Amino acid sequence: MYAWKGTILRVNLTSGEIKKEKLSPQDAKDYIGARGLASKILYDEVDPSVDPLGPDNKLMFATGPLTGTYATSGGRYNVVTKGPLTGAIAASNSGGYFGPELKYAGYDLVIFEGRAKKPVYLHIYNDEVELRDAGDLWGKDTHETTEKLVERHGENFKVACIGPGGEQQVLFANVINDMHRAAGRSGVGAVMGSKQLKAIVVRGTTGLKVADNQGFTDAVMRARKAMQEDPTTSEGLPTFGTNVLVNVINQSGLFPTRNFQESFFPEADKTSGETMASTLLVRNKGCFACIIDCGRVTAVPEGPYKGEGEGPEYETAWAFGAQCGVDDLEAISKANYICNELGIDTITMGSTIACAMELYEKGIVTEDDVGMDLSFGNAEAMVKMTEAAGLRRGFGDKLALGSHRLASEYGVPELSMSVKRLEMPAYDPRGAQGMALEYATSNRGGCHVRGYMISPEIMGVPQKLDPDVTEEKAAWLKTFQDLTAALDSSGICLFTTFAIGADEISAMLSKATGVEYSTEAFMEAGDRIYNLERLFNMEAGFTHEEDTLPRRLLEEPISAGPGRGKVARLDEMKGEYYQVRGWAADGKPTAEKLAELGL
Amino acid sequence: MEKILVIHPEKCVGCGSCELGCSFKQEETFNPSKSRVTVLRWLRESLSVPLTCLQCDEPACEKVCMVGAISKDAKSGLVSVDEETCVGCRLCVSACPFGGMNYDLEAKRVYKCNLCDGEPECAELCPTDALEFQPASESLVNRKKDLARRFTEIYKELM
Repeated sequence: MYAWKGTILRVNLTSGEIKKEKLSPQDAKDYIGARGLASKILYDEVDPSVDPLGPDNKLMFATGPLTGTYATSGGRYNVVTKGPLTGAIAASNSGGYFGPELKYAGYDLVIFEGRAKKPVYLHIYNDEVELRDAGDLWGKDTHETTEKLVERHGENFKVACIGPGGEQQVLFANVINDMHRAAGRSGVGAVMGSKQLKAIVVRGTTGLKVADNQGFTDAVMRARKAMQEDPTTSEGLPTFGTNVLVNVINQSGLFPTRNFQESFFPEADKTSGETMASTLLVRNKGCFACIIDCGRVTAVPEGPYKGEGEGPEYETAWAFGAQCGVDDLEAISKANYICNELGIDTITMGSTIACAMELYEKGIVTEDDVGMDLSFGNAEAMVKMTEAAGLRRGFGDKLALGSHRLASEYGVPELSMSVKRLEMPAYDPRGAQGMALEYATSNRGGCHVRGYMISPEIMGVPQKLDPDVTEEKAAWLKTFQDLTAALDSSGICLFTTFAIGADEISAMLSKATGVEYSTEAFMEAGDRIYNLERLFNMEAGFTHEEDTLPRRLLEEPISAGPGRGKVARLDEMKGEYYQVRGWAADGKPTAEKLAELGL
Repeated sequence: MEKILVIHPEKCVGCGSCELGCSFKQEETFNPSKSRVTVLRWLRESLSVPLTCLQCDEPACEKVCMVGAISKDAKSGLVSVDEETCVGCRLCVSACPFGGMNYDLEAKRVYKCNLCDGEPECAELCPTDALEFQPASESLVNRKKDLARRFTEIYKELM
């Protein structure tokens, strides 16, 4: 096989047995790799009703065929499992250098099964694979863990690990690789913690061959050129990072503020990428094989929020910023650093604190419950609560379960700004109807990176759609969701799609693998993957009733700002979406649809 | 006119495009461990620096070579290894202060940057121009020498 390594590593943590298995060429072709291939294995091997934090759940680290090549931003890997925050399928995607190294070591995918009796880490050096004792690493944050492992094994080794958040099974704990990059959402780090797996450390020197050297180079250079000419990938993201969006989204009137009670934050610019560039920014940084280089190295040199690291990214700047009513970029950065060190998801963390702030505002929780004033805008409390949640201390132990469980405990689940228990990110769906449909139907819950409708609705890519119109959004969303599923499975970054589409990506994939993916076949693979994830969720107990939004967004119009008066008109789109997808009125994929996709 | 490969460490974002381009062009495989140019990364500081053969005016590798397998071409400035003459003693690998000489354990040979016969792929693919291949103007040559001096100092500190 070309581009695929053709080998799956299976590690049983209960028995300690490690096996190398052949990758099925048919599965590779049909599900491409990474998100798709790992989802296929999860669906085949794991009962969807499994306890996500029990030994029967499996955890996979999966690369795509383009991971490790010089395809545009071709350094991604996915962590796939059943997510403990949502109970739905989880596929969290990360950049950095870890994914390519795993590939160079010889593996497309690593499957972890069972549960270790004591903390362990997996050491991989090409053929040599073994579980080692992680007793001395348990309890250490992600930076220390990474440093210790690199010190022990050599600086060419790459590390993916969990922090205290994952160890203590914070339901939105993440996996951190290369110290600063996160497979962020759905709580994949808690699953790793439940298995007592602290880290994977990997070094690979076997290299990677593609099927058609010249053809691949031509396809990559075509994609690179498009990215070099596109204003978002060549200017916006490189200059200001993802946080370039703060002012754009705020001025468009869909910047959720104070737990989505409003959708315009007058102080937004204080937290923007532009402000960051002239204050905390140290330098830009790129993930593997990336020419966008949107990473931001930042530092707060002194004061109560002293720290250093990477970010905040846009969603993070929002979650700890406008969503909590906080306009202090140093405090936001500190909360971000804490999340990365403890290994927890910034979006869910910020939005859960915002939910708690609304509970506090409404008098449902009190200063006695929290141990401090938790008013909107209290930056100090926001930072303290972040640390408390990551370490499960005091009121933080309640926050560690996410906003849905928190609000439910107080009898007001509707105050959780989540879908399928996953907190929505930084776009108010009342201001972009396609995004409303995306949040409601996304296979991992309230998520923006399954079908990023902001791209056409706000940014006008690939063409401008009226964000307030519901017509045709269903078909557009299906296309975005299928494209994203196929792209995630290929191993390149979603940000490339501001400049390139299915034509360019399928061309790179075909030349790399030697398997001919027409644009149609590539999109069909995306459709197949999307339906498989849907099947997993349906069998896990989800129904069409969970394809919805918090009541606030359906019933309460935005009160002020450019988005004033808008609500999410989900009912106008949902039925049409099921039809476009080939699903029945109850949201289940029809037998015909499944047969068409070979499922 | 001689062209030289200039490194601007302050522009490096750590993406490793240079390593990928190099190994693919030279070895037809994507494999940073086989690349002539190496990106050193300091994780905590999020700092990275690409290092490769600087084609020194007075190459240490050439000086230590016992069999005269290494020579510098006066016209192009390229320092190259004659594989026929090389006996694989690896003294040159140890002698280079910049880690520009590599040893391939599998092929049992030393290898180094050959400037891709005048079109270095690393510079071609670098998204931020941290690696540039430019005519050797006096200022650039001075810049290169200054950089070499700084690298030597950094290495002394790290050792």
